[in-house]
Amino acid sequence: MAKTLTQEFTKGLWEEIAPFRLVLGLCPVLGVTTTVENGIGMGLATTFVLVFSNLLVASLRNIIPSKVRIACFIIIIATFVVVTELLMQAFAYTLFLKLGVFIPLIVVNCIVLGRAEAFASKNSITLSIADGLGIGIGFTLSLAALGSLRELFGANNLTIWTTPTSVIGVQEVFGPHFQPFSFMVQAPGAFVCLGLMLCIMNLLGSK
Amino acid sequence: MGYMEIIIGGIFVNNILLAQFLGNCPFLGTSKKMETAVGMAMAVVFVLVLAGVITWLLYAFFLVPYKLVYMRTIAFILVIASLVQFVEMFLKKSIPALYAGLGIFLPLITTNCAVFGACILNIDKELSFMKTLVQSTAYAMGFGLALILFAGVRERIILSRVPKPLQDTSIGLVTAGILSLTFYAFKGMI
Repeated sequence: MAKTLTQEFTKGLWEEIAPFRLVLGLCPVLGVTTTVENGIGMGLATTFVLVFSNLLVASLRNIIPSKVRIACFIIIIATFVVVTELLMQAFAYTLFLKLGVFIPLIVVNCIVLGRAEAFASKNSITLSIADGLGIGIGFTLSLAALGSLRELFGANNLTIWTTPTSVIGVQEVFGPHFQPFSFMVQAPGAFVCLGLMLCIMNLLGSK
Repeated sequence: MGYMEIIIGGIFVNNILLAQFLGNCPFLGTSKKMETAVGMAMAVVFVLVLAGVITWLLYAFFLVPYKLVYMRTIAFILVIASLVQFVEMFLKKSIPALYAGLGIFLPLITTNCAVFGACILNIDKELSFMKTLVQSTAYAMGFGLALILFAGVRERIILSRVPKPLQDTSIGLVTAGILSLTFYAFKGMI
């Protein structure tokens, strides 16, 4: 049991790493990754929703009638998205403003609904939590990777966390004379960056 | 903000697919063939306009007076899901030809972030009723335009030789980036 639990957890980190292997949930991946901070924040918010919706779906899996299951899953997910929205307004308001419309959009993120339907509705509670955590952390890591690539070359910074008074992170990584490649933090750069990262993943995976 | 600005802004400058990154899953998923792209574009135009109007009415006449604004995420997704279901039943009964044309794309729209995102954006911008209608139509037309353009490009890519690791989604994303660059040129207009 312990082994399968770790297996369920680790598969989300590489084998089934959500945005690259499954090509699902691309809107937040492209939309928020202008900085590392946004990427990590968005990833953690999604992880929170994933873990708790998986938990609830798994514990109710024998009660929910299969005909209306999708509607039930969506309501469960929407509930946790509202919880996330309210928590972020209370504890991370600046981040909440930056992420904007993408927080309510977790409801329609295909990854969350996909895990509820494909995994949590068929497996036990502990396995579902492990699965949710694994997929969520994998999602966070890929957002952070794309975010760091775009912020590093597009703005010459690496911001991990911003508080109203200070910024945790490295400013001007390549020195003050580096001319930022601002294409990267704009919309077209997001598509090209993700496409090239996918290409690198394919190269590594095919060996 | 005048109506003309909303229309130009919605279709070109703030194109919902290429500038705001909403609805990218169907954008990549249904753009391999022109036929499916046209079907998806039509279904989105239909549902997005209806959903935009109905969620505006719900927000203004139900959520605000009863102080339930924090529940809007749940309320909107329920409205969109049932609207899609209702539209599907209505079309099946009364306009079977259109229903057959839209096919599988109609139910898929429930989880299309373009529809949900556009509704939330309209509310966040505090638009009036008529402006919401115009804005939703403009967003929907922008979605259709970008999707059909992209499908046209992608049909040509299938005929060309692409390096193995770049195939399929990867080259699709890079192409979308270049397409996004052309829309980026409209940025200065408004």
